[in-house]
Amino acid sequence: MNAIASPNLAQVLDHPGIWRRSADRQPRVRALSTGWTSLDAKLPGGGWPQGALSEILFEHDGLGELDLVMPALAALTQEHRRVIFVAPPYLPYAPALAAAGVDLRFLHEIHAGSTEAAWSMEQCLRSGCCGAVVGWLPDIDYRSLRRLQLAAESGDACAMLFRPAGDAAQNSPAALRLKVSNSDEATYVEVLKSRGLLTTTAPLLRMRA
Amino acid sequence: MLWACLRFPGLAFSAAFAATPEAGPSALLDHKARQRLIAVVNADAAAHGVRRGQNLAAARALCPALEVRPRDPAAENRLLTELAAWCYQFSGHVTLVPPNAILMEVGASLRLFDGWPVLAERLREGLGEQGHAHTMAATPFAAAAWVFAASADGMVIPEREGVRRMLGDLPLAQSGLPSATVTALQAMGFRRLGEIFRLPRPELTRRIGRDGVNWLDRLRGDAADALPAWQPPANFLQKIEFDAELDGSQPLLFPLRRLTRSLANLLAARDGGVQRFTLTLEHARGETTRVVVAMAAPQRDAERLFELARTRLERTTLPAPARSIKIDAAELPTFRPPLRDLFEPIRGDGLDWPTLDERLRARLGDAALRQIALVADHRPERASRYGTPGNVVSPPRRRRPLWLLPRPVPMRPEPAAVLAGPERIESGWWDGADARRDYYIVRTAQGQQAWAYLPPGTLDGWMLHGWFA
Repeated sequence: MNAIASPNLAQVLDHPGIWRRSADRQPRVRALSTGWTSLDAKLPGGGWPQGALSEILFEHDGLGELDLVMPALAALTQEHRRVIFVAPPYLPYAPALAAAGVDLRFLHEIHAGSTEAAWSMEQCLRSGCCGAVVGWLPDIDYRSLRRLQLAAESGDACAMLFRPAGDAAQNSPAALRLKVSNSDEATYVEVLKSRGLLTTTAPLLRMRA
Repeated sequence: MLWACLRFPGLAFSAAFAATPEAGPSALLDHKARQRLIAVVNADAAAHGVRRGQNLAAARALCPALEVRPRDPAAENRLLTELAAWCYQFSGHVTLVPPNAILMEVGASLRLFDGWPVLAERLREGLGEQGHAHTMAATPFAAAAWVFAASADGMVIPEREGVRRMLGDLPLAQSGLPSATVTALQAMGFRRLGEIFRLPRPELTRRIGRDGVNWLDRLRGDAADALPAWQPPANFLQKIEFDAELDGSQPLLFPLRRLTRSLANLLAARDGGVQRFTLTLEHARGETTRVVVAMAAPQRDAERLFELARTRLERTTLPAPARSIKIDAAELPTFRPPLRDLFEPIRGDGLDWPTLDERLRARLGDAALRQIALVADHRPERASRYGTPGNVVSPPRRRRPLWLLPRPVPMRPEPAAVLAGPERIESGWWDGADARRDYYIVRTAQGQQAWAYLPPGTLDGWMLHGWFA
């Protein structure tokens, strides 16, 4: 009787809404492996957070920013879960997608203007029938980001948003923010923000030589 | 047997005012009379003293703001049929009693609906939602149910003797006998049906004729009623014509809601769905606008059909004001409710892909949703196309970029370094779109990897064709 009325401290702290910063008590994050071993090792849960928004900030086209997400997307389509590309900036090229292991039957593209794109992305995330929704929304504001984060939570889908690197300084509700940049002829991935990550300054990850 | 009768006193109004809701005092004119006589009035008009049988001039004098329309028997009949379709979900035997009543045998379905009070509640609720004023009664005899629905709303008499007793107390004016017969009987000093029932039969036949006696027999259940069972039609076609031209899509929503509801009623009756229907708007000078509403899976929910039609309509630009709206659904496939795993937790909105697909298409248009198919063609721009991914074609073994530019563009500045190549692609001479290019994987000064080509045998004139994103 008493136990029900006043749960002990350990039970209270076990509540998922409470986050305790301590080395031996990692919060549980459900994640989808990125397929990049060294990146997985750096992320809480070991991959793209599920039911949350991830941002990939990139400096230029062609740095390997899409390569970063392809293994996870390919794995989803192979499990017959749908992956949606919302407003991609170029034509997604079937030979390369197939070579990356994507089952094209479960990949859909939505062609839309910027307001419609945000709406579509939110609908897909919220629907509960999409594995991942990948969007290219160049001028998205904080409110829309927040909506996407909530939609991803509600539909338990993986939201991935590609944004220009210049937006890195903007505040964002995303659970994970990665920055893809290039120097000395190699591509580096930097973890800008990661919910549940203990070390604040994560080292750079070298990805494409 | 238990016959329920639904009467719709406002049916003539609903039919005549299908395009725009009535507002203020309104009346309908008798379509048959040569003089323009008022046939039906609404409550507003009645409050001004407008009565049935007045001529139009007198009615206008009493109420200058009176809005008058002719009765439209064809539209009334359509509306009654539509209501019959809706009733068909409660009973397998539904009969139209023009101009404004429906009879249905509910004895067989009472157990399914937990008895008459629950069924009556559902009927009233459904009709209320559709905005139809109604009265109802139920008795073992169809004719008696029809009579009581007019005089005693809500009455239900399950046993035969009770009906006969109640009929005995009914004033002659409400008995359903022709008014000439009623007047004649009243002149003879009769007031109630019971007094007539006690008369010797041959005498009564001589006074009120065979038809009158027959009607009395039907009321008491002594003669069988021939009630043809209504059958739901196999397709749907309904049109509403407007009195005035309606400009823009907003005013069209009211008639559109009526039509989609009517379609949903038919679908419920057929226990079917609709996967595709056409919305046709007629403009002046014979112009028409057709809007096709297609769905991924058969639907039958009235609200859903309306939403789909509305979003499609709102995205259509209308060349001119509309004069009429029509919905036409030729194929009504069997409706299969979506299957779902009993133990699967529902995520988010819990939609299935066809529903989401439909929702997106309704707002963005069909062209906005695409899939990408791999094609066995050596020409880079033809190896990928929008369409349904079909048979698995093995991808080329050489490295290909994830992004392809819609068409190659001159590359400026020129690449900083060549990482791989050349790969000679020479193909398509047979269909006139031949290509002869040397492809390279190159790196720009910013570290981007690109797929670019040179015409064979040259060293400048780089064309950018893709990004290794």
